[in-house]
Amino acid sequence: MEPFSTVDAKAMPLDMTNVDTDQLVPARYLWRPRQDGYAEILFHDLRSEPGFPLDAPAHKGAAIMVADRNFGCGSSREHAAWALVDSGFRVVIAPSFGDIFYSNSFKNGLLPIVLPEARCAELRAALARNPGAHLVVDLPAQTVTGPVGVNDGFSVDSFAVDPLRKELLIAGQDETGLTLSLADTIKGFVAGYAEAMPWV
Amino acid sequence: MSAPQSLFDKIWARHAVVTRPDGAVLLLVGRHLLHDGSGAAFRFLAERKLPLHDRRHTFGTPDHYVSTAGNDLASISEAFRRDLVAGMAENARKHGFTHFGLGDPRQGIIHVIGPEQGITLPGITMVCGDSHTSSHGALGALAFGIGASEVAHVLATQTLWQSRKPQSMRISVEGKLGAGVTPKDAILAIIARIGTAGGTGKVIEYAGPVFRDMSIEGRLSVCNMSIEAGARAGMVAPDETTFAYLKGRPYAPQGAMWDRAVAFWRTLPSDPGAAFDAEVTLDGSAIEPMATWGTSPEHATAVTGAVPDPAAAPTAERREALAAALHYMGLSPGMRIDEIPINRVFIGSCTNSRIEDLRAAAAVLKGRKAKVQAWAVPGSGLVKRQAEREGLDQVFKDAGFEWREPGCSMCAGVNGDLVDPGVHCASTSNRNFVGRQGPGARTHLMSPTMAAAAAVTGHITDVRRLMAGEA
Ligand code: SF4
Repeated sequence: MEPFSTVDAKAMPLDMTNVDTDQLVPARYLWRPRQDGYAEILFHDLRSEPGFPLDAPAHKGAAIMVADRNFGCGSSREHAAWALVDSGFRVVIAPSFGDIFYSNSFKNGLLPIVLPEARCAELRAALARNPGAHLVVDLPAQTVTGPVGVNDGFSVDSFAVDPLRKELLIAGQDETGLTLSLADTIKGFVAGYAEAMPWV
Repeated sequence: MSAPQSLFDKIWARHAVVTRPDGAVLLLVGRHLLHDGSGAAFRFLAERKLPLHDRRHTFGTPDHYVSTAGNDLASISEAFRRDLVAGMAENARKHGFTHFGLGDPRQGIIHVIGPEQGITLPGITMVCGDSHTSSHGALGALAFGIGASEVAHVLATQTLWQSRKPQSMRISVEGKLGAGVTPKDAILAIIARIGTAGGTGKVIEYAGPVFRDMSIEGRLSVCNMSIEAGARAGMVAPDETTFAYLKGRPYAPQGAMWDRAVAFWRTLPSDPGAAFDAEVTLDGSAIEPMATWGTSPEHATAVTGAVPDPAAAPTAERREALAAALHYMGLSPGMRIDEIPINRVFIGSCTNSRIEDLRAAAAVLKGRKAKVQAWAVPGSGLVKRQAEREGLDQVFKDAGFEWREPGCSMCAGVNGDLVDPGVHCASTSNRNFVGRQGPGARTHLMSPTMAAAAAVTGHITDVRRLMAGEA
């Protein structure tokens, strides 16, 4: 996984609530091997619709998405995060996220950021007025800055992120290494557990 | 005296191996369930040269990619799906976990066979790379879905990192459900009330007399759809109904161990005064048979109601979202729910494919004929056999239903079991998202009895009218 620190990139607004994992990656593509890439599957059934922002020339190379409530709701499929990452996204900003999508994102080097609903709406509107404008996401400092370079809707917003997730994302490391280093602790715990609930 | 604890608190505490100062918790996994979509995780193990850490607590079955036309590999039409199912059997051989493969009568949807085999137990953590793992909470387990990377982590360590302890929510349904009102109606009513984000990130405990009176099958349908309310997990405290259901199941404790387990399970229900981060109460007697009209599970309303008018929505955004849903569904505002035409029926999925669901649907179908193409897909080989012993298969066939082999089938729309564009499908599954059952498919979620009623009338119908002898 690529270590994550600061992303200064084009941001794409997406004015849709409840974007679900079926919209991100329709279920019929789930069999596709991971190594084949999911870039062209992202929003497969929506991206050709008129006005859909993903393929707009101004958004080419966008690495940040500003979305709306309950982004990534639906199934546990990690494909939704893969498709975003394979399409070059490293950050999704939204007022709220589907729970499993939120946690899957971190595991694939994608940073989900929760900002207040009103600020997300403001950002989307400013980005719509200034297609291709950049936002700057600083993970160590936990801030979103921008839009930069345009005089429209600028602000610096702080966001929250769990320390463990932040640590792993910045190190570009996965959790398995960390856990394997705790093998002895786990072993001891399991012994006590098996004694208390031997039927499990 | 320690503070009163909820069922969730008790299970969490018992499985927290490490709690970091920042709140992150390493959780021990009691039982890990796998399905035929778990292949990516095994590739990860192979890449890292790691063994399966705990095969004794790992169980799997193919369900998503199997054919429901024939219970064998040859019936799977596409090579890539055959490979996934065959790959799972191969992984089971290689790593030595318990596998209910094709041709094994115990094969079925993982969330049906977990409880059926007694793999699902009160008081333990359970995970599976599938969001509807929440189902297993019906027996008093803390069960939730995880992503592919997490599946790999559990395979390698039998543990799972949680960045913090989730919040809790208690949903109490008071009183009694009316005649003809099912557990599916209760959960649809709950989701309609709290919305698809109403439980976001939370662990729900379903409490109150309606759930106390409910069978395990019913509780499974309810907990199954916790995820549609945005929740991580849903659970019902174990009680005599739970113990009676589990007793004698193959992987449940036996003999003296059974007595020890039950004694422990009795300590699990939430203590009086246990704290919840959110509380919701509904009146069970006010719940009616439900159906969805839109493209989100929260777009659910009583069968006696009407399709809402987007113009009446409070914000421009809501108006647009509702208008888009109605456009996709081909419905107009104000249309009565029971006038919505149905051209296809699917009774199945991990929400409603258990023996009770089939019995209830068959009771409506007996002596009637489906007007549209209709399928019944039992949740497991054992459910199928039981239904056949009871003659339910004949009732379905006489009514013009296809009687299929166990699997996810039309719920996922991934194994060729698709709904055509523009077709309205009455489905007992859990998701009515755009394109879920096929591009352009229009899904209406409802209970097995409501789906049976729609099948014989060709439109959404209040099943209570049929039960009263009308039509
Ligand atoms: S029946 Fe549907 S919801 Fe359940 S596990 Fe299968 S695909 Fe998922």
